[in-house]
Amino acid sequence: MCQDFSRLPEIIARHRQSSESLIMILQDIQQEYHYLPPEALTLTAETLAVPLSKVASIATFYNSFSLKPRGKNIVKVCLGTACHIRGARLIQDQLEHKLGISAGETTSDSEYTLEAVACVGACAMAPVVIVNEKYHGSLNVNKAAKLLKRK
Amino acid sequence: MCIKNSRQLKQVQRDFLTRDKQFTRKALICCGTGCLANGAQAIVDEFRIVMKKKRITGFSFEAVRSTGCHGFCEQGPLVIIEPEGIFYTKVKTSQVTDIIDTTIRKGVVIERLLFTNPVDGQKITHYPEVDFFTHQQRIVLRNLGKIAPHDIKEYIGNGGYAALDKALRRMQPQEVIDEISRSGLRGRGGGGFSTGRKWQTCADVESEMRYVVCNGDEGDPGAFMDRSIMEGDPHAVLEGMIIAAYAVGANQGYIYVREEYPLAVIHVQKAIEDCREIGLLGKNIFGTEFSFDIRIARGAGAFVCGESSALMKSVAGEVGEPRAKYIRSVVKGLYDQPTVLNNVETYANVPIIIDKGANWYCKIGTPKSAGTKVFSLVGKVRNTGLIEVPMGITLRRIIFDVGGGIIDDRPFKAVQTGGPSGGCLPDSMLDLPVDFDTLTANGSMMGSGGMIVMDDLTCMVDVARYFLEFLVKESCGKCVPCREGLYQLHGLVQKVCAGQGSEQDLDRMEQLSEVIVRGSLCGLGQSGPNPLLSTLKYFREEYLEHILHRRCPAGVCRDLIIYTINEKCTGCGACVKPCADVAITGEKKKLHVIDQDKCTQCGACMAVCNFDAVEVH
Repeated sequence: MCQDFSRLPEIIARHRQSSESLIMILQDIQQEYHYLPPEALTLTAETLAVPLSKVASIATFYNSFSLKPRGKNIVKVCLGTACHIRGARLIQDQLEHKLGISAGETTSDSEYTLEAVACVGACAMAPVVIVNEKYHGSLNVNKAAKLLKRK
Repeated sequence: MCIKNSRQLKQVQRDFLTRDKQFTRKALICCGTGCLANGAQAIVDEFRIVMKKKRITGFSFEAVRSTGCHGFCEQGPLVIIEPEGIFYTKVKTSQVTDIIDTTIRKGVVIERLLFTNPVDGQKITHYPEVDFFTHQQRIVLRNLGKIAPHDIKEYIGNGGYAALDKALRRMQPQEVIDEISRSGLRGRGGGGFSTGRKWQTCADVESEMRYVVCNGDEGDPGAFMDRSIMEGDPHAVLEGMIIAAYAVGANQGYIYVREEYPLAVIHVQKAIEDCREIGLLGKNIFGTEFSFDIRIARGAGAFVCGESSALMKSVAGEVGEPRAKYIRSVVKGLYDQPTVLNNVETYANVPIIIDKGANWYCKIGTPKSAGTKVFSLVGKVRNTGLIEVPMGITLRRIIFDVGGGIIDDRPFKAVQTGGPSGGCLPDSMLDLPVDFDTLTANGSMMGSGGMIVMDDLTCMVDVARYFLEFLVKESCGKCVPCREGLYQLHGLVQKVCAGQGSEQDLDRMEQLSEVIVRGSLCGLGQSGPNPLLSTLKYFREEYLEHILHRRCPAGVCRDLIIYTINEKCTGCGACVKPCADVAITGEKKKLHVIDQDKCTQCGACMAVCNFDAVEVH
């Protein structure tokens, strides 16, 4: 896949050019590309004059970074405690079944990425699924299945 | 506009109040994450559209406020009409015109939009009369649901930044520290360390540079107190931080916010910018010699970054691994400089303590745990949401009075506090007073305030397994007892869940737990076995049931249960589609059957059945 990386220097330049900004820079890059392409890690390391290994250590330590390309639609199933005891696992099963993938994977047509996350802080409306930043609460198996447009 | 003295601050307040008085009625629309998910923004937009067409004396769109979380997320979107406090729940856009014409214009209550008390079925008109609110004491949450969080003038109009003005002008830094010490305020992040003592230690270290950091990472699953405060009243947190910075002599501050909380990031960022604009952050705050600024550091999803030294590394853009704390981070913290680190709720307490005085504050709560505590009351309770209660209140009053009891009147089984570091307390402990020391003494802990209520359909072995799974994923891996110990512990509990455990395994779990507690570097490992140990202590029978009889009494552990369909089945077919295993067959309108060879016990059929026809054994 050929990607346009021309916006990278501008994204990096938004922040202070020191290693303190590493996490924020990677977050902004991920915002743009939905994942961290290898080219981005190299360029970030070069621009900030820090070893690539340091950039890679940040990119692999924190949960929110993905080194694999993600789908057009990001579906996050909350597995926080409140969601767990109100049946989040069932919701996860249902979405996995419908998409034909496990949590953490992307469908082969790159339409959907399914992620299991620890807690999104919307516990009062458990169980919760977030589809592209939009929260859907008080779900049951049927309602969760309807969140996905595919059959 | 720049506020340089007390007179100017008072002027801003007066201007706001004068404007506000023009409105005979105001509509407060909850725009916390919960209500937004239920469509609150559409309600606000609808108000805007309708108000463009109508002219009502004493009301305009300016009197429609998108506020922070009211707390009663279960019933959203919520609309409150002031000054009467008329409380409308689950409001739809189609009802907005009616609200404007009937309630706002004429002051007449619309019966069908009112909240129905689940206990007696009565309609309740005013929100302070709802049980959920009656038993609360809202100090930290004083502005939540009342003011628009993105408008600094509204915060000032409601008395905001008066405490900062008082501290900067009429108190020496040491007096501020003394006041906080005397108030008895303890850290709300979980540890419960005296805030005054922490500030004193930091101030006493000789250093050119000092930092004030706010922990808004809130990684505990099942908790959203800090999220709601940052979203709903960001200025209270900033004011607390600025006062702390003045007290200890810091010039730079950081707020570490979870990336998963986008709305909180936006509101805090806006609040910081507004403060800079009117001279409450930056050089010469309030026209005094004192200078201080705050930057946001966004977390990137690592539970361990709630630990002080890991958080500080993360702020500095490094991998968030804790260090051994022979020297505490208050002495050598961010960039190796003395650093005050408190969490969001702690800072939000500070302005009101300075404003009303330590003597007022320490009368609330208990002698050793002063003040109130915010909890996210969630799980199997009727009224879930964000609550604030005085310390010392019993668990029973929280769960049954504020929370309205258990959903469907099922029996109460346990309440989990303190997140993955805390424990589960059984019904015999319901009359325990909630304060830092009592909860710790009984095998749980206060934690940051997640309170998850469980009924008889929750398996306690599964809960222990759940928390260990979480911790195994979140352990940073730096020290062996935590990295390997929790992993092995999880394996043992998994064995029990699968019906393959033995009684010796329970002893092994306890021994291994002791090693992890004693040998781990930071709080994550040291308190990691707590959920397991507390369930072993109070629910040992349930473990034995799994081991000796290969039975999961709550019907949760998949290896130990089977699902069957009874004669109540109407043959509606609702369960066929969600069954991922294609295990359910049957003719329309006739009894369906589950093929036990194909069934993987996911329970989807039971969850969708409207006729109680699916049973679990």
